[in-house]
Amino acid sequence: MSMVRPPALERAPGQARFPWSHVAGYALSIVLTLAAFWAVLGHALPTKPLLAGILLLAVLQILVQLVFFMHVGQDSKPRYHLWLFSVAMFFFVVFVVSSMWILTFNTPIS
Amino acid sequence: MGDSLTNTAGHFFVTGDPLIIASDVAIVLVSLGIVFTLTYFKKWKWLWREWLTTVDHKKIAIMYLISAILMLFRGGVDALLMRTQLALPNLGLLSAEHYDQIFTTHGTIMILFMAMPFIFAMFNAVVPLQIGARDVAFPYLNAISFWLFFFGALLFNISFVIGGSPDGGWTSYPPLTELQFDPGVGENYYLLGLSISGIGTIATGINFLATIIKMRAPGMTLMKMPLFTWAVLGTCIIILFVFPVLSVALALLLIDRLFGAHFFTMMYGGNPMQFVNLFWIWGHPEVYIAVLPAFGIYSEVVATFSQKKIFGYKSMVASIMAISIIGNLTWVHHFFTMGAGPAVNTFFSISTMAVAIPTGVKVFNWLMTMYRGRITLSLPMLWALAFIPAFAVAGATGVWLAEAPTDYQYHNTYFMVAHFHQALIGGVVFGMLAGMYYWWPKMFGFKLKEKFGKWAFWFFNIGFYVCFTPQYILGLMGMQRRMYTYTADMHWTALNFVSTIGAYLMGIGFLCIAAQIIHSLVHMEKDLTGDPWGGRTLEWSLPSPAPHYNFAVIPQISDRDEWWERKRRGEQDALKPRPEDIRDIHMPKNSGVPFLMGVCFFIAGFGFTFGWIAVGAAGLVGVLLCLAHRSLDQHPDHDIPADEIRRTEAALGRL
Repeated sequence: MSMVRPPALERAPGQARFPWSHVAGYALSIVLTLAAFWAVLGHALPTKPLLAGILLLAVLQILVQLVFFMHVGQDSKPRYHLWLFSVAMFFFVVFVVSSMWILTFNTPIS
Repeated sequence: MGDSLTNTAGHFFVTGDPLIIASDVAIVLVSLGIVFTLTYFKKWKWLWREWLTTVDHKKIAIMYLISAILMLFRGGVDALLMRTQLALPNLGLLSAEHYDQIFTTHGTIMILFMAMPFIFAMFNAVVPLQIGARDVAFPYLNAISFWLFFFGALLFNISFVIGGSPDGGWTSYPPLTELQFDPGVGENYYLLGLSISGIGTIATGINFLATIIKMRAPGMTLMKMPLFTWAVLGTCIIILFVFPVLSVALALLLIDRLFGAHFFTMMYGGNPMQFVNLFWIWGHPEVYIAVLPAFGIYSEVVATFSQKKIFGYKSMVASIMAISIIGNLTWVHHFFTMGAGPAVNTFFSISTMAVAIPTGVKVFNWLMTMYRGRITLSLPMLWALAFIPAFAVAGATGVWLAEAPTDYQYHNTYFMVAHFHQALIGGVVFGMLAGMYYWWPKMFGFKLKEKFGKWAFWFFNIGFYVCFTPQYILGLMGMQRRMYTYTADMHWTALNFVSTIGAYLMGIGFLCIAAQIIHSLVHMEKDLTGDPWGGRTLEWSLPSPAPHYNFAVIPQISDRDEWWERKRRGEQDALKPRPEDIRDIHMPKNSGVPFLMGVCFFIAGFGFTFGWIAVGAAGLVGVLLCLAHRSLDQHPDHDIPADEIRRTEAALGRL
């Protein structure tokens, strides 16, 4: 019985299966990144639809990270997770939305 | 690209400047000295087995602490060079370019390679002991964090002898730092050094978050946690949310420089202000990352040396959490003058002032803890006392700077320089020194002697005010930051000269600390009690230094100041292990892979710095091999037999 690793983080013996979900998540995140890169580099769409497109890819990327790597919703006691997840989402929205707000330069000086 | 390559190859070794040649000589001599000493005393194996491969949080703490003190020395020498250059008008000690490099390395080193490892030294030395755990949640990852910090810092530091130092300021704003305006390799060193150590920092944040949430001893509910541990929890939350933003900003700028992208250029749709925005989304919370652990230390120190329970524990916890949320919402005050518009500036003005409220609550709580306490003026307490007025001034001037309209006057003047030094020295450095003195016996098994320590305290403190008070006035007189010289008719000479005297007094203070450490090593008095200060929390229930498994038997917690309460009830022996309770302990094995991974990152960073893509890629392949080695390792841990633990505990007189 490990005292160093907390039980929730411990790899139980005999359960060392091949981590298919991690590999799938890894492949998906690379595909999504390359798709965004290709779309921007090759000017695949006019500017506005292009922006909407890479934004959509970014949201998909977040979902992939959450589901495949952070195992959202797989814990038996989701209290801490829910707290941290809400805080993370809060900061995510704040950082993105206010960055857009700040860099719009809604001012006569600019 | 080809041109710049031959150019950089020609300037591979920095030559010409006598200061740098002297540094070269010093580096070679010190390295030879270290190699000779290790060989002469046959210590290479010891170094590898006991230190380079360790995953023990207590040893990692010591390595962080040594790195932090060395970096404090280097950053301090940078500071003295700058102050010497500015002591009188029109001095020629440093050229404009050299001065630019020095203020860049001073700022970057002090924040990222001095303050950060110092707080991580405290995290590692204290948190597992304070919560009754045997190590952190991921000890192997903890070692990786340290070696990434170490090699990131090394990469940054070799810039001044190989290739040239960065010179774009510690904030590294584009377009100045784009390839077009800043061709050499210096800026690449900055970007890669910070990126590599940044990965380690994020990992540390995750590690301690998991440790604190998952590994507390039974009975230690969140509201029974010591305040230092609470502060670390708050710090880790901030690290987790803002350090990735810095990594992204640095990576985008690196892609601009290495691969010709245009994220932050003036043309092709790039926007340099986006870098500024991203940098400060990290940069402001970074202040709280550095100061929250210091707040935690003050809480422990003030309670211990006043021999009183901390006043207002719950409001302290609420303040830490409030700071770790509100502190992330204030970053625009660093660039009010960008002109984002009145609504934006008003919002961030108010949020900045709001952060002063929880901070004020904490200061009053410390004062109320001292009120009617039985105060002992030991070194940790002296530094904690000195912190309060220093930080009050920093907070007050901070509120002035937070007002957007007046900030247009103060922005980038010495007023602002004095303000943030007051906050970071008065808040963070005083706190880290208090913590170092406080937990030194726990880390090393002996106390630091007071003699030179008191000298250090007074030199450093008086020097601190002599250095920075004139800078407020200079700022109001219009002196801008980062000026490498000024003319006599500005009437800044007297104040600058006084400020330089203060800087040298602080330098003497630092030397006194070094003398104190050496003096205490030579005349060592071992701490045999394990509790030299009359401590309150669990770490003082262990011998100094703690055995490598920390707790032979994990204690059951029932009170907030568990150790203090047990002593008060005369039950402290109940925390000693009973032989029949001792079982085999499961511990992680030492491993050289984290160190090798650091080396691989270093090679990758060095390659990309010089635009040698093949070298960079080879380094990254090495990193992947290290990761694969760990993934395929079936036995990363081992058991310490109960008999061995009984012998160790008996030798410590605890059975």
